[in-house]
Amino acid sequence: MSKILDELLYSDSHEWVKVDGNIAIIGVSDFAQAEMGDITYVDVPAEGDEVSKGEEFGALESVKASSELYSPVSGVITEVNADLDATPELINEDPYGAWIIKVEMSDKGELDSLLNAAAYAEIAK
Amino acid sequence: MNFGVDTGFYPLGSCTMKYNPKINEEIASHPAFAGLHPLQPESTVKGAKEVEEGLGKALCAITGMKAFTFLPCAGAHGELTGLMLIREYHLAHGDTARTKVIVPDSAHGTNPASANVCGLEIVEVKSGANGLVDVESLKPLLGPDIAAIMLTNPNTLGLFEREIGEIAKLVHGCGGLLYYDGANMNPLIGKVRPGDMGFDVLHLNLHKSFSTPHGGGGPGSGPVGVAERLLPCLQNVHTSGFHGNFGVMLRAYAYILMLGRENVKMVGPLATLAANYIKESLKDDYKLPIPSVCKHEFVFDGLINDGARDGVAGATTLDVAKRLLDYGFHAPTIYFPLLFHQALMIEPTETESLETLDAFIDVMHRIAEEAAKDPEMLHSAPHNAPIGRPDETTAARQPVLKYE
Amino acid sequence: MGTFAYFPHTEEDIRVMLKRIGVESIDALYSDVPADFIYKGEYDLPDALSEQQVRDFFDSLGSKNTKLKVFAGLGAYDHYVPAVIPYITSRSEFLTAYTPYQCEISQGTLRYIFEFQSMICRLTGLDVANASMYDGPTAAAEALRMAIASTRKKNKLVVSSLLQEHVLKVIRCYMKYPGYDVVYTEDVLSELGPDVAGVIVPSISRHGIVQDLSGYADAVHAAGALLIEYCDPSALAVLKTPAEWGADIAVGDGQSLGIPLCYGGPYVGFMACKQDYMRKLPGRIVGQALDASGKRCFVLTLQAREQHIRREKATSNICSNESLMALWVTVYLSLMGPEGMKKVNGLSCEGAHYLHAQLLATGKFEDPFPGKPFLKEFCLKPLVPAEKLQQKLLDAGFFAAVSIDGYVNFCVTEKHGKDEIDALVAAVKEV
Repeated sequence: MSKILDELLYSDSHEWVKVDGNIAIIGVSDFAQAEMGDITYVDVPAEGDEVSKGEEFGALESVKASSELYSPVSGVITEVNADLDATPELINEDPYGAWIIKVEMSDKGELDSLLNAAAYAEIAK
Repeated sequence: MNFGVDTGFYPLGSCTMKYNPKINEEIASHPAFAGLHPLQPESTVKGAKEVEEGLGKALCAITGMKAFTFLPCAGAHGELTGLMLIREYHLAHGDTARTKVIVPDSAHGTNPASANVCGLEIVEVKSGANGLVDVESLKPLLGPDIAAIMLTNPNTLGLFEREIGEIAKLVHGCGGLLYYDGANMNPLIGKVRPGDMGFDVLHLNLHKSFSTPHGGGGPGSGPVGVAERLLPCLQNVHTSGFHGNFGVMLRAYAYILMLGRENVKMVGPLATLAANYIKESLKDDYKLPIPSVCKHEFVFDGLINDGARDGVAGATTLDVAKRLLDYGFHAPTIYFPLLFHQALMIEPTETESLETLDAFIDVMHRIAEEAAKDPEMLHSAPHNAPIGRPDETTAARQPVLKYE
Repeated sequence: MGTFAYFPHTEEDIRVMLKRIGVESIDALYSDVPADFIYKGEYDLPDALSEQQVRDFFDSLGSKNTKLKVFAGLGAYDHYVPAVIPYITSRSEFLTAYTPYQCEISQGTLRYIFEFQSMICRLTGLDVANASMYDGPTAAAEALRMAIASTRKKNKLVVSSLLQEHVLKVIRCYMKYPGYDVVYTEDVLSELGPDVAGVIVPSISRHGIVQDLSGYADAVHAAGALLIEYCDPSALAVLKTPAEWGADIAVGDGQSLGIPLCYGGPYVGFMACKQDYMRKLPGRIVGQALDASGKRCFVLTLQAREQHIRREKATSNICSNESLMALWVTVYLSLMGPEGMKKVNGLSCEGAHYLHAQLLATGKFEDPFPGKPFLKEFCLKPLVPAEKLQQKLLDAGFFAAVSIDGYVNFCVTEKHGKDEIDALVAAVKEV
């Protein structure tokens, strides 16, 4: 059984969102990291890039697989987690601590379409 | 340190590791060809031109196509060249809206990748429970935006797409073309011609079906054959610098000349015989998800008894593959196609003797027994290879790609 | 059965196999193929030949080729091939191996690819190289795709029209279908703008002139684009490296590193890049690893970039490459070393300059690029009809004076002594 935090929102493509004012902090769920196995690289965009909801913004890589990352919200990337470049295993070790990007949301209304912990638990199994 | 076809049996699915005849090597290094500059005028390379013509004609006879280009240097390069020819064909007909290509979910990874490089959008068609393209799922995908469907027949499960006649009719009916991925051509050599099944464009892997050596990953040669209506397109597509991998063509031509009209008929049938023999011999130890007659290869979905018990993980396909190395065999293709989680894809060829096939079957039985008794011993295999299992995760996280 | 060398089965073997399968005949194994598709005709192929007949056949075809001394370049160079190379590359452990997917029994292949990558990095000065591409022209086309993949939302590429013709031909073909905006021009810097993803220039022009790329990297980088340099790897031993010019990616053809002309192939493309673009590099890459017991070994790595994992999202579709030719190059470079490479270039350059002077002295040419630096090949403007010139030389046993852009190309390598060059000049005088 993978860990799901109650206070977060989730997408059906296994990203989590933590809302901090107008900023969405985005990572991948415990379920997603377990499916991938040992993550060897996180491909992320640059700060200042625009993302839109549902659009691919990067990818996780393991030795034998790659999995695209989709943005759960639209907006501008304000920060990228630089630690993941040298230590991608942080996502395996602490998926809810190892955020990937922070996005300044252009439409907070988009959050309404995300899943709460209970709804996500139905998918993540 | 290195295993080759000459070292031992190489049952690598979709790779057709057949014997590489030694006479071919002698011909390929013939000084009358090795010294030719690629820009020499035709009047000075008449012998080389006859090799191109003779080999092209032979491949047309074997496949039922009208002409070949030898520019592609590998299978994936052939796919790309073939798709460009298809785009040229549609453009020549003012058909600019055909920008999608249909690819089955069981296809080789190169198919969607080649389509993408050619600027085509990929539409995936699902396989049915019998492992074949589901014609009903295909129908709604067809329309005026379809450039082509890419198929390998037999497919990557080693199964003949028996609905190919209907598929060809439907795809042609919507104005699309049929592309044949020749990676799996070996079982059809001497028996079935892709041109007769309605394919408009195909590539062959001379380094698979036509016995030229793989060289540790190349050079290959991926000549592309076309049906009559695509002949005018050939002049518009230039996918390599000069005339393709001429040295590889010499080898393949020597092979075909040794085969001749009579022996060519037995290539596919004997390869198919060997594959079915292994499949039937091992199906009590390994899960056979689709129990029908196969062509050149087949896929097991892991062990029937993997030895899993409380606190002990069962032996995986990776473990079986690594254990085979201890017994002096190359491993089959593993974890492909993606349709089965523990896929173990086995392809013998017509050049392996019954003695070799039996030795492989014996070892596969023995590994199944070992797995049932002591899966942990398999987890750490190989035990007798030059090196043990490497730490690939660290290698990918902190890549060291050259001497520093 | 039992009569053809490549089919080891006896009648009895076949009977045993059919019995295990539970069918009466081999034909029954094709029961799933609709009868219409079973080929019933005779194959339009010749009768089977014996080995001796195959030898004789190719001897007779070979005799239809004209034996010529090659004094032409334009992308394929007649450098000396040390005798040891074909002996090593034809060892069946290398020759008959597949791609090294099972690393535990493929350390030989993986090790030489690692050496190849290291040597390409040394020649180009760049950080990372892959395990090879098909040839130089396809490597150039793939580098342009890589520039698009490495920059976000840019669609324009600038291609120098000074690249050799066979390179341009392949680039034009590869670029046509994905719908990139591609500009072909001699003055690449004038086309820079915010929408440009990559610029490709040669280190030696199609006319043999060594290029001065000062300021290129700064201008290209200021536009947010990648600079790609197409180079002759043999010449890199004496010229400024792509890294020194500030290039992000270097590509070219390894043929000049001791691979026989062989009517155009197999050759080997190479590609190297800066560390920043490592994850976008197409094709196979070998990396160093440790095995379970801590022993140093080699594996295929960064595979998540590749088509077998990423399918349509892969930057490239390349799968098979030119591995054995990479071994060829690796053996060549290890035999030559830095000193040997300088000597090859020195001898070729001396010979070329000698020929250049002698040809001008015949009065049958003008120098279209006076004072411009060249290495082993050069172009002259013929004052006699080019076709007639080439034919006269062919008749005298030389392949030289290949037409290009109204000029004719000549090339000299370390294989050609003064007497041969003098003989070529004598033949020119006859025209």
